[in-house]
Amino acid sequence: MEIKVEDAIKWFEKINEKIKLNKEYLTSLDQVIGDSDHGINMARGFEEVVNKLSAKEYGTVSEVLKDAAMTLMSKVGGASGPLFGTAFLRFSTAVKVKESVDFETFTLGLESALEGVKHRGKSTAGEKTMIDVWSPVVDFFKRENDFQPDELLYESRTAMENTKEIMATKGRASYFKENSIGHIDPGAASSYYIFEALAEVLQEGEK
Amino acid sequence: MGRVGIVLISHSTKIVEGIKELIREVIADVPIELAGGTEEGEIGTSIDKIVNAIKTADEGKGVVLFYDIGSAKMNAEIAIEMDEKSTTKIVDAPLVEGSYVAAVESGMGKNLLEVYEAVKKSF
Ligand SMILES: Nc1ncnc2c1ncn2[C@@H]1O[C@H](COP(=O)(O)OP(=O)(O)O)[C@@H](O)[C@H]1O
Ligand SMILES: [Mg+2]
Repeated sequence: MEIKVEDAIKWFEKINEKIKLNKEYLTSLDQVIGDSDHGINMARGFEEVVNKLSAKEYGTVSEVLKDAAMTLMSKVGGASGPLFGTAFLRFSTAVKVKESVDFETFTLGLESALEGVKHRGKSTAGEKTMIDVWSPVVDFFKRENDFQPDELLYESRTAMENTKEIMATKGRASYFKENSIGHIDPGAASSYYIFEALAEVLQEGEK
Repeated sequence: MGRVGIVLISHSTKIVEGIKELIREVIADVPIELAGGTEEGEIGTSIDKIVNAIKTADEGKGVVLFYDIGSAKMNAEIAIEMDEKSTTKIVDAPLVEGSYVAAVESGMGKNLLEVYEAVKKSF
């Protein structure tokens, strides 16, 4: 399967639905180790992304990703804005020119997105952030040679759950030191919804 | 030629308003622009606000940026990348004391690098 413009737009629509549905939950995760705004931030951002994408015609997946990125950067408000914004902007640049995106190019895009988040957050895997979902997902894509939606679901869910055991050393949660252990990282949870949404787009594309 | 400008970035509009008030007690002629809160004035930071503040604060001698926590610095970095001019410098220093020192230095007519170094040296 190749990711086309319609698929990319559907991806963001599904992310928006999931974030909206789980807004309270995401905020409650941010309540224990942060400032209780993650659900609100993400819901506001992705709502604006979907509005933006529905108002325009797109020729390439890259343009879709770019508009999503710019919208997230300016509308989210919290740290997740520049971080997810940078992720999708790097993704956009990596898949430029191509009208639709094959597995190999998509993997390259994901990898660039991850590098973008690391650069922006000056962080790496194991610090209890969204990176702890993005990084294993990138590793998983690099191991495979085609889209595997069922495994993607499993990998991203496991990665999210594993953030529970980590002590936060980046972001607001790091102020909680040892007390951050035992809770899922909010940004990891919303990253899981991003990949869950992707898995659904892929599953529908296979039919 | 003008003075080195100062941009204060905080999650809260009140924090930067308060700091500006504090500096204005002593320094009147240094440009100080504020990027506090989100577009809606809520807690958070906004790239657009930072970009605009930099533009207004720049009298041709460059601008130093001070920030508080988390997303403030990330958004400051994005704002600078979008601008493509290298006459803006982010200073890793306490927001209140750092910007105060910068205002005094800028008021003495120092250039961008001198202001930057003076603040760095103080902390
Ligand atoms: N430096 C960083 N690097 C990577 N991810 C980060 C960093 N700082 C925060 N995050 C992610 O952002 C999430 C918090 O987002 P959000 O609540 O929207 O922002 P804020 O922390 O400004 O309130 C965290 O759960 C974490 O996954
Ligand atoms: Mg938060």
